[in-house]
Amino acid sequence: MALPGTDARHHTLVVLVENKAGVLARVSGLFARRGFNIFSLAVAPTEDERFSRITIVVDVASSPLEQITKQLYKLINVVKISELDPRDSVERELMLVTLRADISARSQVIELVNLFEGRVVDVGHDELTVSLDGEPDRLDDLEGLLRPFGIVELQRTGRVALPKLERTAPTLRPVRRTA
Amino acid sequence: MAIDGGRALIRALEMEGVEVIFGLPGGAILPVYDPIIDSPIRHILVRHEQGAGHMAEGFAHATGRPGVCMVTSGPAATNVVTPLCDAYMDSVPMVCITGQVPFSAIGTDAFQECDTVGITRSVTKHNELITEAQEIPLMVRQAFHLATTGRPGPVLLDVPKDIVDPKNPRSQMEWYWPSDDEVAASLPGYRPTTKGHPKMVRQAAELILSSRRPVIYAGGGILKARAAEALRELAELCDIHVVTTLMARGAFPDDHRLALGMPGMHGNYTSVTSMQQSDLLIALGSRFDDRVTGKVDGFAPDAKIIHVDIDPAELGKVRRPDVPIVGDCRLVIEELVRAVRDLLDGGAEFPDRLVWKQTISGWQERFPLTYQQSEPGEALKPQYVLERLRDATPDDTIVASGVGQHQMWTSQYWKFNHPYTWVNSGGLGTMGFSVPAAIGAKVGRPDRMVWAVDGDGCFQMTAQELVTATSERIPIKVAILNNAYLGMVRQWQEMFYDERYSEVYLSPDLPDYKLWAESMGCVGMRVESPEEVDAAIQKANEIDDRPVVIDFRTDAREKVYPMVPSGLSNDQIVTDPSQGEGGH
Repeated sequence: MALPGTDARHHTLVVLVENKAGVLARVSGLFARRGFNIFSLAVAPTEDERFSRITIVVDVASSPLEQITKQLYKLINVVKISELDPRDSVERELMLVTLRADISARSQVIELVNLFEGRVVDVGHDELTVSLDGEPDRLDDLEGLLRPFGIVELQRTGRVALPKLERTAPTLRPVRRTA
Repeated sequence: MAIDGGRALIRALEMEGVEVIFGLPGGAILPVYDPIIDSPIRHILVRHEQGAGHMAEGFAHATGRPGVCMVTSGPAATNVVTPLCDAYMDSVPMVCITGQVPFSAIGTDAFQECDTVGITRSVTKHNELITEAQEIPLMVRQAFHLATTGRPGPVLLDVPKDIVDPKNPRSQMEWYWPSDDEVAASLPGYRPTTKGHPKMVRQAAELILSSRRPVIYAGGGILKARAAEALRELAELCDIHVVTTLMARGAFPDDHRLALGMPGMHGNYTSVTSMQQSDLLIALGSRFDDRVTGKVDGFAPDAKIIHVDIDPAELGKVRRPDVPIVGDCRLVIEELVRAVRDLLDGGAEFPDRLVWKQTISGWQERFPLTYQQSEPGEALKPQYVLERLRDATPDDTIVASGVGQHQMWTSQYWKFNHPYTWVNSGGLGTMGFSVPAAIGAKVGRPDRMVWAVDGDGCFQMTAQELVTATSERIPIKVAILNNAYLGMVRQWQEMFYDERYSEVYLSPDLPDYKLWAESMGCVGMRVESPEEVDAAIQKANEIDDRPVVIDFRTDAREKVYPMVPSGLSNDQIVTDPSQGEGGH
């Protein structure tokens, strides 16, 4: 599997949906039905309680992507879809890692985590849990560096994203309903 | 006005103009069946819920109005999954109401509980579990709005028992009827585009004016958009030949000088080949189905594509159009006609297409649809039965078919000169469609003669609905082309599996179709030789107080030609063996 953000086949879709029961199942069911793979997915209500925002990273070339967005638009509860270009957006993801770190390794781990501006959030007898939020690439980097210590458990949230604020042209590229 | 949810549901259906419900009651939907007794809506009691769904489809096909079916929870809901999927594939407007266990029991594996909304999610345009009685009128309005606008399709409402049961306080509500604006506001994500983009329409008109070998590729969307008149105007104005897909038979009159008939796997030679060699395909409400294109890479290789569809997802799904136009077929074609007229008024002219027209008429002469008539004493040919039936019935007769060889022969040999006279299962290919669909069509159009042309395999799947037809006095007529085989499967095994026939033999006389028909209250007949055909059809046409079933014993060896074998390019079309090799 390619690293997130490094493969051109990864696309981030921000899907504004009605905040109703079953909508996530409709969206994820559509991906399954049409044979599209979801790389990561994050859902939460928006500033307007009538709507939720689903951030989906999909693993496709651009032609199937067009078909995905068109099919998504056919779902009655989907209100708006935007494709975010990683270069023009702020992306964040959160990672929690529990790793083996006995007395001898502990300080090395803490040093690494500090370098990445992460935090140690729990300490056990010979294990540590650390958290890091940031761009998905940075999470990948820390994950790679921590791996030799022995990862017990690892959980990432899937990314959330918003367009960068710039003075020039809008960075949200609307995927139009019409072809 | 205080009302209970069950009465509100029936009242909402009345407000939507529903005249007929096809259904079958059961535990969870019981409270909704009580107010039906006092409603002007006609209810037709089916013998299997699949029949209710196909009848609703047949009604919608024939009338253009949404078909409505109503069944209970659990097994009844799963029994309508096939018709829902069929309606979804063929964009048939339909509203299905299913009972559900009481809201408090959902998720407990209660008796006759199933996850109807989950099961039907991928086979409906939209579905909803109604959770409060107060939502019923809005949900019903939404359902009809969604089913009939944009790309039509089936919508399912799942109704828990407690919100419709007057004995349950959860069913109490205040009646209201939402306005169009309220319905639109309640669907913030639903705004179908109906008008074509003017720039694209103009581009399309210019392409039409510059092409030398254009063909109009008309699909079922023409009928859904009620665009048959507009299509005719466009074809005549531009003098362009029209192919009508399986879903579009009747959208353009077969007796028109520009009609080419059906394209695709079993399309006629001229229709298939003119598309292959065209330099412009004007796809109107068609979707480049694999049964039409054959091998996609080899399909109409030199053609530029104008693609008009109300569903943006169809544009570029299979073949990337040069001019994509999202919109309602009727509105876009009307705009296109105006745009072409404007260009002509501005001095533009059509290029000389004489050679192309001569090429087309040459193909028509050289490769007509054909079959070998049987010698005396030989088995009856199914094509002959269809020719006689076609010629012995009124021009506006509605024909419903099942799926398989008989369906292809009907589409090939019938002359469809009027829209909404052909009712069939195209996308899903649902065997058993024809009998219930014919019943639904006859309910919607009692003024028309309705024939179901069926295969013996198909007939056995849904024949029990003839009991419904008899008891409800719906006098449809059924022609079974009985070749004692699952004929299309047999044809593939003969052609592609070295004549190794695996599980395709049925039997000509088990069941005895005549006796079976009679036991269901129909007139039953059997026809075994060509000489008996006309008399039997005439007798059937004269009966108008009960259904008729004719068991035509036909030649089991007969195959559907022409044929483009699956996976091959349309250039590799195989015509009837009597015509020798094809044109290439």
